[in-house]
Parts: sequence; structure tokens; C-alpha cells
Amino acid sequence: MDMATLIQLLDSTLRLATPLLFACLAGLFSERAGVFDIGLEGKMLAAAFFSAAFAAMTGNVWLGLLAGIAASVALAALHGLASITFKGNQLISGVAINFLAAGLTALIGQTWFGLGGRTPSLEGAARFQDITLPLAGLLEPVPFVGPLYANVISGHTILVYVGLLTVPLTWYILFRTRFGLRLRAVGENPGAVDTAGVSVIGLRYSAVLICGLLCGLAGAYLATGLSAGFVKDMSAGRGFIALAALIFAKWRPWYALSACLLFGLLEALGNRFQSLEVLGVTVPTQFMQALPYILTVVILAGFVGKAVPPRAGGQAYVKER
Amino acid sequence: METMPRWADIVLIPLINLTLALLVSALVIALIGENPVAALGVMVRGAVGSAYGWGYTLFYATNFIFTGLAVAVAFHARLFNIGGEGQAALGGLGVAIVCLSVPWPHWSLALPAAVVGGAVFGAAWAAIPAWLQATRGSHIVITTIMFNFIASALLVYLLVNVLKVPGSMAPETPRFAEGARLPTAHEWGAWMGFGRSAPLNVAFFVALACCAGVYVLIWKTRLGYEIRAFGQSEPAARYAGIRPVRIVMIAMLISGGLAGLMAVNAVQGEAERLVIDSVQGAGFVGIAVALMGRSHPLGVLLAALLFGALYQGGAELEFEIPAISREMIVVIQALVILFTGALDNMVRAPVEALFIKRRKGTA
Repeated sequence: MDMATLIQLLDSTLRLATPLLFACLAGLFSERAGVFDIGLEGKMLAAAFFSAAFAAMTGNVWLGLLAGIAASVALAALHGLASITFKGNQLISGVAINFLAAGLTALIGQTWFGLGGRTPSLEGAARFQDITLPLAGLLEPVPFVGPLYANVISGHTILVYVGLLTVPLTWYILFRTRFGLRLRAVGENPGAVDTAGVSVIGLRYSAVLICGLLCGLAGAYLATGLSAGFVKDMSAGRGFIALAALIFAKWRPWYALSACLLFGLLEALGNRFQSLEVLGVTVPTQFMQALPYILTVVILAGFVGKAVPPRAGGQAYVKER
Repeated sequence: METMPRWADIVLIPLINLTLALLVSALVIALIGENPVAALGVMVRGAVGSAYGWGYTLFYATNFIFTGLAVAVAFHARLFNIGGEGQAALGGLGVAIVCLSVPWPHWSLALPAAVVGGAVFGAAWAAIPAWLQATRGSHIVITTIMFNFIASALLVYLLVNVLKVPGSMAPETPRFAEGARLPTAHEWGAWMGFGRSAPLNVAFFVALACCAGVYVLIWKTRLGYEIRAFGQSEPAARYAGIRPVRIVMIAMLISGGLAGLMAVNAVQGEAERLVIDSVQGAGFVGIAVALMGRSHPLGVLLAALLFGALYQGGAELEFEIPAISREMIVVIQALVILFTGALDNMVRAPVEALFIKRRKGTA
């Protein structure tokens, strides 16, 4: 593998890891607060559709982004309503949200645009453009570091950098603020938080809504940054890969970044090569696609470091009478 | 403590939930500028208004009975098997291997063999998540989701590289031999008006037998009692000498096996070859069916019929009113899961309060 291929590979790794990263951090907030979310996929898909649709109609990608976030937050609120207020099953609510998004985006897409569920292609200001970081041109001749900086780090859309910055931000919010401490506590022992006089419901709702916001960014990046427009079912299981990354990262922000980069690399490899030769064995591309899921099962099985979810995850909080 | 009569729990609340789901669906249709009443008319006529419609409705219902029972059996042990999709896909592989490897002389021999093949492969695919849940505590919802994706990748690989007809571009197995073909409704039900095109086949009766079998298993056998006891309270079950590992494994193997049986209908009965994505979301519909049917075989049967009608009616809907695309079915399905599953307490709490108030009034 030569340098140019390697750079291309790393470049697309970063691109493909970004939606996973947003969705993974989204899940991190929700699950750390004790609300399981298997509806990341649906929220992402809804955000992808509405961001592309509004960007196409207004010609302004920022309005698209807002619409995408609004759609995702609305679904997150529905998840909150079902799983926090009405104490329903969080997993079933997630399943319903995934279907709702899959059905509604295709249905509304057909009604609005009549293109078989697609939105028109986005161009110009209706899309997030790649931005060149300062000094990229100047540094490019520097051996090794130069091309790496100019072609891998620089030259992405703004959302990629927002995604990378969200990692330290998430870490800071969760581990260095009072809100974060309470949020984590509510996922471990909501009774104690309630006893301390802090609203369990309020905390869980804010976590779920933050999750909606981040899923909105994930979806918007997918449709207006990574590709130029929405196609039916374009999230293509990324919400579940993000969920896998979350477990792989054991619900921690920095590990989430590495897990998402790893899974992004796997996807980039799968896109680049039809099959890979590893130590004389041909690895089919389908195996690469399945690898994130296989790794997650191995991690869940506890053979390689045990993943322990937040203790109160998945249960609605019922005040004792 | 009984807060409301049994009939309210098993009939009234599901009906209210379903009505709410359909009302919101109607609202969605109205919002995209179509007439919900007209749309409902098209769907009902398309699904049950002719023998042609019934031929498809019952075919879809057969798939959903299998996947619905699969989810229901796991629910009784308080396990959420979301992996019906993958288990049914693997069931398809099992059925295809059985049908292709032996030159079957007659379907009456091929059917039992395919039933075994589908069930064994489906159960095998459920076995690993079950074992991990039982012995390592790995969350079965997550592992079964992961196994759906792994199954899908595995089948694509096998169809593209191993099972494909040599020289053909299409990633599908050769057509099964004539001796493995299941009689369709036209052959045994022509007197009821089923035409040649009806995909309904004898697997429907296998599905009905499974309903009866699950009923007997869950309510009339010792094992079923243990499964329900485990689902109600694991500590109590453990105290009573029920081994959790055994129950989790058995419940999930039965569940996976039932999901795998779907392939007898879809792969052997209809497609007569294994194609990519032979399940087409039926594994997920099973969740809605089990929720609506309150995990009771009779409820599952009725809910599967409803969803079968919904799928066939939805196909007709797209044909008659092109503005409403086929995805409307997915929306309705989502709303049914939402209202009967996740938002159940929204309806249950006020209804319970109403009954308690009435009881106080009369007492």
C-alpha cells in the first residue's frame, strides 16, 4: 500500500467515522442517564431526510441543519415521553422510532419531491463544503507530516471538526460539571439523586434531548456533508454501528472516539477493497462489514474486557410511595 | 391486586391502542393530502375483498405468525428477541440446503425435512446470543441486533460466493427441484377461488399447528410453566429450583426455531430459491405482532392476520393511490408498536383509574 492510498484511506476513515461519532456520543448521554436508546438509527435517518429536504428547498444548508436537528429532537422527545413519562419499555420505543423514521422519511420524501424517496441533489450553499485549514498548502511539501495534515486533517466539512470537538466537550460535561455528575448518577442510582432533591425526570429528559441534538448532527452530516442529498434508508445501520461503538467504548467519550475511528476505518477498507489479503488469507468484504458487530459481541461476552452498562439503564424510575 | 377485569386487559386496551395507532395513521395520510377514508377502503378491499387478496394476506400472515410466535415465546421468559430477522434468514439457509441437497420425490417428505432444517438453523443462530445472555449476562437485545447484521453479511457472502448458480449474475441459489415444491392454495383451495398467482401454500397449516403447539407448550406443560415463572420473577424461579441457564437457552432455541420456520413459507413455499433478503422485515413485524397479541398464540394469530391484511392492503394502496407509497405500511407498523408497546401506560393508567372509580362507586 503506497502513501497516497494510505492517505485516502485515512481521509475517508475520518469522514465515515464522523456520523458514527455524533450518534455514539448521542447514545452516550442517553444511556449514561439510564435511558437505553436503540432508536439512534431512526433519529439519524429522520435528521438526514429533513436536513436534505430543507437544504434543497431553501438552498441554505444551515436551515437544513436546523430542520434536521428539530426532527431528531422531536423523535427524542417522543422517546422521552414513552420511556420516562409513561414508563414504557425503552427498547420497544426505540424499535418503534426506527420504523417511524424509516416509513415517514420515504413517505414524505415521495410526497414532497416525487423522486422515489430521494431528495434533489444538493449543490453549492445547500451542502456543507470542505474547508481547508490554515497552512495546509504551505505545509504540504513537508515529508510525511505535510500530506497527512493537508489531506487527512484538513479538507473536511465543518461538521467533522465539530464532531471531533464534541468528544472533549462531552468528557468535560459528563466528568467535570455538576450537571454531568448528576446525569451519571441518574443512570446508576436514580433513587439517590431523587433523595438529594434533584429531578430524575428533568435530568433524563435533558439527556434524551441532548441525544436528539447529536443524532440530528449525525444525520445532517450524512445527507449534507458526506453525500449530497437524501436517499431512502441512507443511514444503513450506522445507528446500530454507533450503538456497537458505544458498547465497545464502555460508555466513555475518548474510547468512543477510538471505537468510531476503528469502525470508520473498517468501513473505509470495505469500500476501498473488494477483498483483502491478510497473512495469505483472503478476507471477503462482507466479513469487514460484519466485523464491528462481531467485535461488539466479543466485547459484550466479556472475553476481552467486560463492558458493564450503567446500572439503572433500561428501567423507568418509579418513586417509592 | 386486580385493578380491572380481565376482558379490559386483553381486549379493551389493545383495541384502544390499535384505534389510536390507526387514527394517527389516518392523520398522516390526511397530512400528505390524501383522503384517509378512501385509503382505508382501498386497503380493506385489496386485502380481504377478493380471493386474490386473501391469497396474499394469508401468505404474509403465515410469515408473521412464525415471527410473532418467536417473539412471544421469548417474551414469556422476559427475553426480548429482536433477532427474528437474522434467525429467519438463517432458517432460509437451512431450508435451502435441505431442498437442494436431496432430490425430493414428493413435497410431503420435503416439508418435514425443511421444517427441521429451518428450525435447526434458526435455533442455532439464536443459540449464541442465548448462551451469552445465560452465562455471561450479555444483553440479549444488543447481541441479537448484532447477529441480525452478521447474518445479513453472512448470507450475502454465501449467496455471492458459494450458493450462486455458476455463471449467473444474480446472487441466488438454483431453483428448488419440483419434488420440494409446496402445494399452493390454487391446488388445494381452488374451490375457494384461489388463483394460480396466490403465494399462499401449505406452510400456512404449519403455522397454525405452531400456534397450537406454542399454546400447549406455554400453558399445558411443565416446561412452559417454568418459562413463565422465570419470566415473572427470576429470583422466585431460581428459589423454586428452576435453572435460569436452561430456561434462557430453551426459550431462545424455541424462539429462534420458530423464526427460522418462516423460511418454509417464504423460501420453500413462495420464492422456491434462496434470494438475498428473503425475510424482508418480517422478523421485525413479529415484534409488533407479539405485542399486539399480548404474547398469546391466539392473539398472535389475529394480529398476524391484521398485519398480513395491512401488507397486502398497503401494496394495493400504492397501486391505486400512487401518492401513498408502500412505506405507509411501515409507518402504521411503527405506530402500532409505539401505541401497543411503548405508550401502553398512557392508555392503561386512565382506564385503570376509571375502573377503580367505578368499583368504588358501586361498592
